[in-house]
Amino acid sequence: MDFGYPVITSLIVFPLLAAAGLFLIKSPQVARAYTLGASILELFIGLPLLSFQFNADFQFVEKAHWVPQWGLEYALGIDGISYLMVLLTLAILPLCVLCSWTYISKRVKEFHFCLLFMTSACVGVFSSLDLVLFYVFWEAMLIPMYLMIAVWGGDQRRYASLKFFLYTLAGSTLLLAAIVAFRITGGTFSIPELMHTNFSFNFQYWAFLAMALAFAIKVPMFPFHTWLPAAHVQAPSAGSVILAAVLLKMGTYGFLRFCLPLTPDASVYFAPLMIAMSVASILYGGAIALGQEDIKKLVAYSSVGHMGFVTLGIFLFNLRGVEGALFQMLNHGIITGALFMMIGAVYERSHSRAISSNMGLGKYLPAFMGFWGLFALASFGFPGTNGFVGEMLVFTGAFQKSYVVGALLVPGALLGAAYMFRVSLKMAWGRPSTAKTWRDLNSREWTYLIIPALFVFYIGLAPKLFFDVIDPSVEKLVNDLKARTTTQQVVAATPAPPAVAAVETPAEPVNN
Amino acid sequence: MEFNPIQIVPELYQLLLIVALFCQSLGDGSDTPPAERWLPYFAGFGIFVNIVSWGAEGLLFGGAYKLDMLSQFFKLAIAAGFYVAVLNAARQPSLQERKRPDYFMFLGISAWGLMILSSAVELITIYIALEISSYSLYAVIPLRDNADGKGSRGAAEAAIKYILFGAVATAIALYGFSYILASQNTSYLSQLAQRSWTWDGQPMAVVGLSLFMGGMFYKLALFPFHFWCPDVYQGASNETAGFVATLPKLGAVVVLVRLAVLLKPGLEITTLLAILGGLSMTFGNLCALAQKDLKRMLGFSSVAHAGYIMVGLVSGTAMGLSAAAFYAMAYVAMNLLCFWVISRVASDGRNLQLDDLNGLYKRSPGLAFALGVGAFALVGLPPTMGFMGKFFLITSAWDHGYNWLVITLVLNSAIAIYYYLSLVRHAYTHEAGENAPVPDNSAFSVCGAGILAAVVLLFGMVPGGLFEYAVLAGKQLMP
Repeated sequence: MDFGYPVITSLIVFPLLAAAGLFLIKSPQVARAYTLGASILELFIGLPLLSFQFNADFQFVEKAHWVPQWGLEYALGIDGISYLMVLLTLAILPLCVLCSWTYISKRVKEFHFCLLFMTSACVGVFSSLDLVLFYVFWEAMLIPMYLMIAVWGGDQRRYASLKFFLYTLAGSTLLLAAIVAFRITGGTFSIPELMHTNFSFNFQYWAFLAMALAFAIKVPMFPFHTWLPAAHVQAPSAGSVILAAVLLKMGTYGFLRFCLPLTPDASVYFAPLMIAMSVASILYGGAIALGQEDIKKLVAYSSVGHMGFVTLGIFLFNLRGVEGALFQMLNHGIITGALFMMIGAVYERSHSRAISSNMGLGKYLPAFMGFWGLFALASFGFPGTNGFVGEMLVFTGAFQKSYVVGALLVPGALLGAAYMFRVSLKMAWGRPSTAKTWRDLNSREWTYLIIPALFVFYIGLAPKLFFDVIDPSVEKLVNDLKARTTTQQVVAATPAPPAVAAVETPAEPVNN
Repeated sequence: MEFNPIQIVPELYQLLLIVALFCQSLGDGSDTPPAERWLPYFAGFGIFVNIVSWGAEGLLFGGAYKLDMLSQFFKLAIAAGFYVAVLNAARQPSLQERKRPDYFMFLGISAWGLMILSSAVELITIYIALEISSYSLYAVIPLRDNADGKGSRGAAEAAIKYILFGAVATAIALYGFSYILASQNTSYLSQLAQRSWTWDGQPMAVVGLSLFMGGMFYKLALFPFHFWCPDVYQGASNETAGFVATLPKLGAVVVLVRLAVLLKPGLEITTLLAILGGLSMTFGNLCALAQKDLKRMLGFSSVAHAGYIMVGLVSGTAMGLSAAAFYAMAYVAMNLLCFWVISRVASDGRNLQLDDLNGLYKRSPGLAFALGVGAFALVGLPPTMGFMGKFFLITSAWDHGYNWLVITLVLNSAIAIYYYLSLVRHAYTHEAGENAPVPDNSAFSVCGAGILAAVVLLFGMVPGGLFEYAVLAGKQLMP
């Protein structure tokens, strides 16, 4: 399909150009309005994405040579797995600008520069079809996020930002080694081509470990989660929103895009470990969230639990599980993003994130509490909200896989309800109320909360459209995985036929 | 082949500059325009001269001097680096006006020696070129005045260290050369490439070559020849350190690239190089973690980067050599950028501590941004030249027997992030204290930083063009 311009490239380049344009602006207020305008224009540029075809192919594909001597391609494209993530990234940007409108008062231009840079890198991560291109965007995104936490963060911002950077960078250095190993063994950096290459189990074993470390830190899975609460608590609210809504998804996206298709045997081999870590994340995140006195920290730990559902769904290897994982990724982005925006809004009134300083809001800020209640319900998966769809699917997948895993999830879901009720009840009716003089939501805050609220209901009540988008790709992913792991077993049982043996060695030698 | 002076125009042009500077240094400087006024234009023209003589090829002076892609590639880089170094030193606060012609003359001689080094294909020629480039630096390092106008004792100490170390290293190299000559009976690289370099076949030659390479390791500051590096950077003035940290590494790399043709993976000497590379990067990065003085930190970071370059050299492929050459370029560009910022921030010529960077974003947003680009490039984060260089290195070396070295390299990037990040952290998140240096915010300073930063970013995003030449040069050496 031709729209007269390369859609994804424009989505990546436009924010960068807009960010450069920021330096010509002097007034902070104009910078905010300008970035809002740019983010809405970015949505318009993304309109052709709505013509997405409901099949498993990569669409909107763009290709160009980048460094031909080294086989690097500038290849972009999206399928059902990345489609929703790209849309989520685009949709989050204007909300972030709106929720930092008064929250950020110093170095406004630079802040919006980081936001735009970030969006560009995130779109790049979700749409790259070349391993190195992916890695470039994956790392490039660390810089604006680091600056956001380190410059506009809370009291312990230096500690938190450094921890964030060290953890994520240390994880991804081995990813680079894995990428290079794929090139040398598989002969190409192209992700779609590598998906059809069979690697020896030994190779898959190490490649999986190297990649899984990077992704597990990003998700984050227990026990690699310790950077997350620090980063979330210290980041400004727009930073937390992007972190929760987009950055964490890159980890799970990595599992879906790389681990399962490229190293199927190792994925199956390590699945029990990954499932155990996911269940541990769910239970641990929930239990720790229950004990928090700081609202932001509570939501941060709840993220660990929710992302546990995602990784669990992925490593169940059945249709419902992976569908549930994708739904949960989208839902967590919407719900937790909205919760962080609300925390930012209440922080501007109380200048504290402690639960005890934000009690008794129900009488004085009814609209605020109404939204909070809605997102809290969605967060623990109340039927009729989007959270229910995702958790339900993962539950179904888990019980299909094994009753034990399913049974372990029940306390996890209960914990979710428990901590959300605890904080919400205190915020709504806790005494003494601190909110007597606060004003309720203004129109700007209404705007940025009503949009996620609509999606909470839309996905909760009519998820069919989303199933249509993701199902072909998910089915292909699961079927490919099954097919490739079973052929491998057959091959292992019988002496290797020459055809398979030929595939295992790269067809043409890599000239380096 | 007939000798044709046209082929060595870049060297002759550089010699001309040196002679001009020499003549100026004879007078007291009162009736000639100051060197820093006219020299930048002529050094800039030197880049053009190098571009014009890009395609020169041939074997001169009895086969000892070779003009090929590799040599022209490096000569161009040396000319460009010399230009930046001259511009950088033009406003040196810690150098008296009357000493400047001498100062620039020595820098010019050093660059000239490096140009010869990049064409030398015979061991004695290599040795002499190495000495030309080193001796002039010995003289330059102590040229640093304190605020009271007296010579800096620290700089004198640094110079003594540099000389002693240099003398020992070159003596070792010469000693190694005698072994090579005795066992292989030739000193021409083209003939040496056909001899055996195994321990079983030629133990004497292996020892000799290892010792000879010691001379290069000294220039490159590779472990265990690195001890001078942090001390000299710290003692010398910011501008001098900027030169010492960058251009001589190009000379060392070009010789090592030529010598690497002898090294096949699996040879004892190749393994030795790999081990030294691994030690160098780990040691350099770990030491840099604890530094508070900016130049000292960059000194240890050079030690680490010298280790990274080894990764390309031990792979034994044309791609590995081109990756090493490319990385050397990237290294020089990144370091010139960092030293440019340091020299501009320390406009009073002091040694910068990390705390002196506090609040730089407010005092000089342009320089702070450039420093950020430099720091992230040195870490190896995309989209900078540092990332591409590192990526080429590990791709070329993977599966050639030294996978452990590649893993060491990527893990080292994770260690290195801490101290490079502290540059950004101090510049952007701390507020300036008292007695903070006043950065030079003139257009000259900010534009220079901007251009260097743009180079680092540009070749990070589209490295194809430059890399193409590196590949051609590598393939010429190792078809």
